[in-house]
Amino acid sequence: MSASPVIIASGGANLASLCFALERLGCNAPVTEDAAVIRAASHVLLPGVGAARDAMQRLEAADLVTIIPQLTQPVLGICLGMQLLFTASDEDDATCLDVIPGRARRFAGGPQLPVPQMGWNELQLRAPSALLNGVADGAYAYFIHSYALPVDSYTCAVTEYGIPFSSVVQRDNFFGTQFHPERSAKVGERILANFLTL
Amino acid sequence: MRDGVVVKGVQFRNHRVMGDILELAARYRDEGADELVFYDITASPDDRTVDRSWVNRVAAVLNIPFCVAGGIRTLEDAETILNLGADKISINTPALENPELIESLARRFGSQCVVVGIDSSAEGSDYFVYQYTGDPNRSQSSQRRTLDWVEEVQDRGAGEIVLNCMNQDGVRKGYDIEQLSTVRALSNVPLIASGGAGEMEHFRDVFEQAHVDGALAATVFHSAAIPIPDLKRYLIHSGVSVRPPATED
Repeated sequence: MSASPVIIASGGANLASLCFALERLGCNAPVTEDAAVIRAASHVLLPGVGAARDAMQRLEAADLVTIIPQLTQPVLGICLGMQLLFTASDEDDATCLDVIPGRARRFAGGPQLPVPQMGWNELQLRAPSALLNGVADGAYAYFIHSYALPVDSYTCAVTEYGIPFSSVVQRDNFFGTQFHPERSAKVGERILANFLTL
Repeated sequence: MRDGVVVKGVQFRNHRVMGDILELAARYRDEGADELVFYDITASPDDRTVDRSWVNRVAAVLNIPFCVAGGIRTLEDAETILNLGADKISINTPALENPELIESLARRFGSQCVVVGIDSSAEGSDYFVYQYTGDPNRSQSSQRRTLDWVEEVQDRGAGEIVLNCMNQDGVRKGYDIEQLSTVRALSNVPLIASGGAGEMEHFRDVFEQAHVDGALAATVFHSAAIPIPDLKRYLIHSGVSVRPPATED
């Protein structure tokens, strides 16, 4: 692949699996907080592990809070990274990047619905997105999260965990997956490959 | 695993080499395993620092989540393993020796990557937790009741519990449905059944009767006695909700 993607360093330890997933697709993606490097990239990935407010503070410290919403190349937020693209999160009442309207809310949970949701769950396709080319309705993806975005006009795929929530979103050049494509077997590989060929 | 190669014993004894770790990891990835757990069984009892570089090599080939267990005693141990690309770390004996370790790990890395493994055995009419189970000469009851420990580890921030029913381990007579059901009733986090899988029916039974979130097995998969794609087709046919085999994604 001729893409030259970068991964935004948003805190959290585990970026190795995402780097390896991109390597398997033929891309060496540097992990960076450098605005110039991010602006120059063909594709930008915004991962995220940990808490929303911590991640936003990290982006603020790197002066990326105004930069990211202005990016014009394809941007993919993964897990917490997807939530950061929205207006806000109930997690520590964090103000997020506001690229897409909406607010992440915590799962209510229940006896058979532990929070966080950890495991494989199904994608119900709702709206066409280039990110989902070749992905079958009902395909499984791997989720780890306690907060989720409601279903809205930006929702491309829905997943059920007690309630329906947005598992894939798109607004213009901004994409988000609530699951981890780098840990979602062939389905995830397809989604990452789709993203890198946008 | 021991010394970088895959081994599996019967009731934790007589381990024999089961093959190169990367080959096995790639095989299970391609067959549609949902998650892999790597137990470095010698690490905890021997009290030694182990070479973790294999974690990075495994991460490079896997596109599914994986967990590393064995000899993780400190935040630094856990951080090393997570930075090398593991999704979760699992602690067993070190949690019994130092229960606060569960809290520190959960605070630092989040409950979602903290798995507590529990080796449990029936004694009389109750269940007790065993420790140092990697070494047959040191394996002993910790005197803790399994049900008390299940509640405690959740209170301390464990994000998942793997319950290994020792009476069943490696003997392939089926999962310990009774014990797993009892523990299920107390678990607010995902519960993974371990120990005893020998037939495809055993997997169906443990999902249907004990309502566990996952079923772990080694012997039947290593020996190919139960191919994972066949097992998944069987479970789907039986009405258990699982991710279809890789070829049918």
